[in-house]
Amino acid sequence: MNNRKYFIQLVFILVGSIFLIKLFFIQVLDENYKLAAQDNVMRPIIEYPYRGVIYDRNGSLIVHNTPVYDIMVVPKEVEVTDTLALCNLLNIDKNDFIQKIEEARDFSFVQPSVFLKQVPNHEFAKIQDQLTNYRGFTIVARTIRNYPNQSLANALGYMREIDKTGLEKDSAKYYKQGDYIGIKGIEEYYENYLRGKRGVKFKMVNVSGLVKGSFKSGQWDTLSIPGQDLISTIDLPLQQYGEKLMEGKSGSIVAIEPSTGEILSLVSAPSYDPNTLAGREFSTNFKLLSNDTLAPLFNRPLMAQYRPGSIFKIIQAMIALQEGVITPNTRIPCDRSIIGCHGDHYYENLQGAITHSCNPYFHNVLRRVVNQKVDPDVYNDTKIGLDKWREHVASFGLGASLGVDLPNEKEGLIPNSAYYDKAYRNRPWKYSNIYSIAIGEGENLVVPIQMANFAAIVANRGFYYIPHLIKSIGEDNEPLQKYREKKYTTVDPEHFNVAVEAMAQVVRSGTGQYRAKLANIEVCGKTGTVQNDPLPDHSVFIAFAPKDDPKIAVSVYVEDAGQGARAAASIASLMIEKYLIGHTERPHIEDYVLRGKFLY
Amino acid sequence: MRKDLLTYNQIDWVTVLLYFLLVLMGWLNIFAAVYDAEQNQSIFDITLNSGRQLILIGASVLIIIVIMVIDFNFFSSIAYFVYGILILMLVGVLFTEPVAGASSWFKIGAFKLQPSEFMKVGASLALAKYFNDYNPRFTKIRSVLVLFLIIGLPVALILAQPDTGTALIYASFIIVFYREGLSPVVIGLGLSMIALFILTLLIGWLTLVIITGVIIGIIVLSILFLSGKKKVRRILITLSVGILIVGVAFSVDTIITDVLKPHQQKRIQVLFNPNSDPLGAGWNVTQSKIAIGSGGAFGKGFLQGTQTKFDFVPEQSTDFIFCTLGEERGWLGSLVLITLFVAFLLRIIFIAERQKSKFARVYGYSVASILFLHFMVNIGMTIGLFPVIGIPLPFFSYGGSSLWAFTILLFILLKLDAHRMQILKR
Repeated sequence: MNNRKYFIQLVFILVGSIFLIKLFFIQVLDENYKLAAQDNVMRPIIEYPYRGVIYDRNGSLIVHNTPVYDIMVVPKEVEVTDTLALCNLLNIDKNDFIQKIEEARDFSFVQPSVFLKQVPNHEFAKIQDQLTNYRGFTIVARTIRNYPNQSLANALGYMREIDKTGLEKDSAKYYKQGDYIGIKGIEEYYENYLRGKRGVKFKMVNVSGLVKGSFKSGQWDTLSIPGQDLISTIDLPLQQYGEKLMEGKSGSIVAIEPSTGEILSLVSAPSYDPNTLAGREFSTNFKLLSNDTLAPLFNRPLMAQYRPGSIFKIIQAMIALQEGVITPNTRIPCDRSIIGCHGDHYYENLQGAITHSCNPYFHNVLRRVVNQKVDPDVYNDTKIGLDKWREHVASFGLGASLGVDLPNEKEGLIPNSAYYDKAYRNRPWKYSNIYSIAIGEGENLVVPIQMANFAAIVANRGFYYIPHLIKSIGEDNEPLQKYREKKYTTVDPEHFNVAVEAMAQVVRSGTGQYRAKLANIEVCGKTGTVQNDPLPDHSVFIAFAPKDDPKIAVSVYVEDAGQGARAAASIASLMIEKYLIGHTERPHIEDYVLRGKFLY
Repeated sequence: MRKDLLTYNQIDWVTVLLYFLLVLMGWLNIFAAVYDAEQNQSIFDITLNSGRQLILIGASVLIIIVIMVIDFNFFSSIAYFVYGILILMLVGVLFTEPVAGASSWFKIGAFKLQPSEFMKVGASLALAKYFNDYNPRFTKIRSVLVLFLIIGLPVALILAQPDTGTALIYASFIIVFYREGLSPVVIGLGLSMIALFILTLLIGWLTLVIITGVIIGIIVLSILFLSGKKKVRRILITLSVGILIVGVAFSVDTIITDVLKPHQQKRIQVLFNPNSDPLGAGWNVTQSKIAIGSGGAFGKGFLQGTQTKFDFVPEQSTDFIFCTLGEERGWLGSLVLITLFVAFLLRIIFIAERQKSKFARVYGYSVASILFLHFMVNIGMTIGLFPVIGIPLPFFSYGGSSLWAFTILLFILLKLDAHRMQILKR
């Protein structure tokens, strides 16, 4: 029997050893249990930073954050004696109430979940006092965007929950499902500045998900950093005036300060109240706006593309002067057998041709630019000439996106030789095939903001800053670097004088004299009438003022409104007046615009 | 010279020291298991398990003193009486209001008593007394029947509560019987049946029957062709073993579906495949292993554990108390505890073996065996080597009945040991 005691002791030791070996495997060798333990208890709790606000150039708030209240519920603690009273208080019906409680219960019995989302401040005020009578309901304050002026909707953009593609595009993996992100407009373009930096607090939770303290004494926690405030270049009174003038019309107004490239107003009509896309009703309202046939979500100043029309003749003139193929005194007969014309003129010099918008004149001018006989082969010569011409045009910021600080800016189109090679499928082409671009028709396409920028270039006599909407980011007090760089055209400054004089002449005694002329301010402008068969023409006008010390450059597009000299010229001059002297001295012009009957 | 007076040298201080070490470690771990950092609690707070355990430990010291002053012959003389009283209590407890589905507790005010814990002492005493007085032989039907009755009666009553875990502990007496002469063949047969049972569970009875059939066939054939002597007898033995095996294999299905309750079936299943039900029956084992595994080599530090404190592990201060130690003290802590426990068990065997009376020796082996089975099943379940069986870790787990029962169990042995020289060997 003596061996048996040893055997029994051996069994004890054996079991102890097996335990220690097994424990060595799970405690020392296997890392999975440590990760699983961390997964069990660690919950990152995001602290959302305050999103930066946006001011106009005079310090008025355009966009700020406003509190809304999520009413949270902890199903376990709910004690409601009078469900009906609570439903009335929260403005929901009883079935809604039951359903919401059930949803919360499905999520968790002991953790809070959202019962009622984004209750606005005014509704919350009356709920707040009484809600304390109901156990299990708590309040979490959040913020949404608020727009005190209902202006500038398309330039500002909006906020919405990030979608799947947004998450896929986010290579830095900053965003998480359910995060809000700026869409379109300044909100999108300056998202990285506005959003600030999220803070994360790592909390420990127990098996029910209730927070029990900081994880690792908070050594991994980060504080949230508030977003940077932006100061916009927008002049709010001017913007609102522009929006008022454009009421009931389709089109756009772009006003730029020529010396800086700062956008003073950016009107897209029709528009919408940006507040409708903030808060609870987002989905409903977004659907309504998307389905609207007038396309209020379409940001016309940057996205609508039109043929430039006769405004283009000013560019043609300056390029021809730069190329030395004409002088200001060059006279060309108005030969209407080549191309149609209008008005009563026969043999104008350059300035006269611009004032009268003489088509045959510019037909001839562009031929001189394009066919300079540098190559004996006329086809090759045309190609070389066209590409040289396009380079000049491109230096005016046409045919490519300007780089405005808004997303989705369109390029417009200025054709080059490759474009026509493709269009003609490599069959030979020469000037006679492409001459309609000479008068701003044909393939050319421009965007309203490019035309406003062009007016600014003429005002500056040859240079521009890329138009931009934000002049100061955070503490920097400066716009982005690219908006601080002066850009020159390929045309020498002296050649601009002809253009300036011609534009002055248009307002003084030409097509602009009736509705664009101001008493004490010398306005330089050019009408454009963009054909839009079978509908009425689009009314276009570009202008800057004062002539010798330009403070504002404008482009106005009014769709389906006929001659440029009517709707667009009136609106442009009213904008200039408003900006320079603060009010209009021509109420009849304002009435004319507001009445909106331009076709007669 | 008065020999019945207890002197300092007679007490086995090694065991006493190990006992208090385990109790102290247990107490600290109970505190760690219930500690909530947010509330700045004290280990002495009697609203916590740790504070209450301290009171229970104090009471244990009183019990120890009482045991030490009682005459050592008293335990032998009242063995059957104690057994009888406890059996009556086990009968009586069946008529109490069930708590968590089992009628295991006598409630007197806030005080709860679990007679099944104390029954271990009674059974051990009765068994020791019977061995001492009647010198039973395992070949005699009468002896086997009496031994079966002494153990079978409390097991039946505890199963009726029902409390399968506590009943299972009575299997530990097999070790005592083995020490006292039970043939290892019987034990081997018993263990094989368990192995067979588990194997059937894992691979299905039909496969097993076919495999055993083939093996038996081969053995029978080889015996037929190779040897001549006692051929018939060998074939008969082989065949009866084969029939037994097939019988067990067949019975598994019945036992699994009819005898074991659904939660017990699942506990056995998750033992072999913890992922089969990770949120249900597998939850306890998975979370228990996560808690222990996350401790690493040196642990997270006292009160720094998260898994047990935040209730991921169930029954943290009672049945799963080992998780707290594993998490906060790491493998080093496990090493210390297991070494202490094994040393403790070996010491008890050592003490048992030096007894002159059969009563004291059998009793000593009973103590060692009961503690061993608790140790093996309790730690084994927390690390996934045993199915989840709700029994405490002796001296360690929170709970008055179990702490007192184990204390009484141990110190009766130490009292007997202290007076071993006064026994005249028969």
